[in-house]
Amino acid sequence: MRCNYRVQNFEEIETGDLIGRVREFKTEGYRMCQICASNVEGGTEVLYSFDKDLELFNIRVTVRPGEKLESITGAYWPAFIYENETHDLFGIEFTDSRLDYGGKFFRLSKPTPWLSKDEGGE
Amino acid sequence: MGNFKISGLILRSLFRRPATSGYPAVPKEWGERTRGRIEIDAPECILCGTCARKCPTEALVVSKAEATWEIDRMRCVQCGHCVEICPKKCLRMAKEYTAPGYEGRTDLIEIPVAKKKTSDDGI
Amino acid sequence: MRGVNDLGKRTVIPFGPQHPILPEPVHLDLVIEDEKVIEAIPSIGFIHRGLEKLAEVREYPEMVYVIERICGICSFGHGLGYVTAVEGLMGVEVPERADYLRTMWHEMSRIHSHMLWLGLTADSFGFESLFMHTWKVRERIMNMFDLTTGGRVIHSVCKVGGVRKDVGGEMLERIASEVRDIRKETKELTKVFLNDTSVKNRLCGVGILSEDDARDLCAVGPVARASGINQDLRLNGMCKYGELGFEPVTGKSGDCYARCKVRILELGQSLDMVEKITSVLPDGPVEVPVKGPLPTGEFMMRLEQPRGEAFYYVKGNGTKHLERMRVRTPTNMNLPSMVRMLQGCDLADVPVIILTIDPCISCTER
Repeated sequence: MRCNYRVQNFEEIETGDLIGRVREFKTEGYRMCQICASNVEGGTEVLYSFDKDLELFNIRVTVRPGEKLESITGAYWPAFIYENETHDLFGIEFTDSRLDYGGKFFRLSKPTPWLSKDEGGE
Repeated sequence: MGNFKISGLILRSLFRRPATSGYPAVPKEWGERTRGRIEIDAPECILCGTCARKCPTEALVVSKAEATWEIDRMRCVQCGHCVEICPKKCLRMAKEYTAPGYEGRTDLIEIPVAKKKTSDDGI
Repeated sequence: MRGVNDLGKRTVIPFGPQHPILPEPVHLDLVIEDEKVIEAIPSIGFIHRGLEKLAEVREYPEMVYVIERICGICSFGHGLGYVTAVEGLMGVEVPERADYLRTMWHEMSRIHSHMLWLGLTADSFGFESLFMHTWKVRERIMNMFDLTTGGRVIHSVCKVGGVRKDVGGEMLERIASEVRDIRKETKELTKVFLNDTSVKNRLCGVGILSEDDARDLCAVGPVARASGINQDLRLNGMCKYGELGFEPVTGKSGDCYARCKVRILELGQSLDMVEKITSVLPDGPVEVPVKGPLPTGEFMMRLEQPRGEAFYYVKGNGTKHLERMRVRTPTNMNLPSMVRMLQGCDLADVPVIILTIDPCISCTER
């Protein structure tokens, strides 16, 4: 077997370092896999996953309420799906997106349904 | 490359029996493990309500006060979790599906509580 | 740059969410110029169900039945991915026999998914008899699922700690003989898919995705492999693929024909693997009791589904409910590639191209 799926790599970074780190991944030839948001204490945590030769690498940023994230669609265009999804469900704003659906990616009955109540969600 | 590569296959199926069966005239044969619908052995049930609590689709309602066990056939997804976790093993998975119908169907089963009453009397 | 006078030639044609060829609710705005597609903008979101959120109210052992119902075709894969993620979180080791059975069912689901895809593709270019014949063969594998798991589509056999049903010797013999029959019948069908002129006319050179594009757009699964990227998550150490000597298949040209060929070759590979498992299945228990503390921490897990790489992220908080459960499905990742393939194609080829990524929008919207 070439690798083991049970090995987990998580790295925590600051929101300001995100785009630089993502560009590093891009030059090293990593593939963007997914973006996942979840509610944590004092904000929303966003996980970015990258893969190279079946080795998975995750970076984590914590977004505090009102804070914006820089879009990574400049480096990885396919990220637009996840960024729009995260925007619609968790209400995180992404700046400089290459393909912004303007909150119309999902047809939802109320805005930001998955944002926890402490952070201003319903 | 070539044309009509499928013609052999088509000619053969032309002279064969149909691959489908004439349901409902020909009844369906149920598999040995087919998950069809949930059945209850009422006298064994102790109305503990574990099945209702653990049901992923909330298809079951157990009422201790009225001594009833109720299943919404249209909500039930036949996962068989209740059969697995029932402490008295009084639930079982029947092979046959619930018959199709025009309306949703809920089955209400009364659980005899005679056994319990006698023990109460004893106290 | 285009002048104002050129604008009149452009037409925007709405495609979907209801389309005779596409049983999936995806909408595309196709910008057309003289029968050629210039641009395609996808929009989904018609059926977002929010199943991920349900993990917060369902206990983790029951959640598997919900996860399995994300999709009818990759049902087994979703169940498997979720239970493996929870097992990783809790440090549970499944017995050998259960792991082999999971591999067998996963490969069987690949066979039925690829057969379904072949049928639908034949349907998309109007070859109805090929479609019917492919699905007739697929019916055999569905019956094998019914025999071994009790469900044709939703199998409900995976659980945290192993599998819920054991497969005995008699059943294994039936599977082996059935696999031999399926192999014989698929041989005849694949000849039509790979060699018939009318099929080749519709698939060769259509919807080309170059290797660089596939890398850039992060394509996964058969779409990436058909463009020449050797990327198959079955090599990541889960299940028993290492013991079965599995090696991924890749194509070269990256067109619809290459995607069709990759799936056909994978079909044969899966049939071989299922047959091999029926002869090497070790004896032993099929499940272990799950003890110890309730899930805490986080676990990122992925596996190769028939349609490509799928992600499962679970985060526990020490209760019976998971704090966050995330599923990312292969179609999510292949939509950008599909948009690229559509640029420059004929309007008549749009349904065929969309189908060759094997889209599952219900998966995508969970």
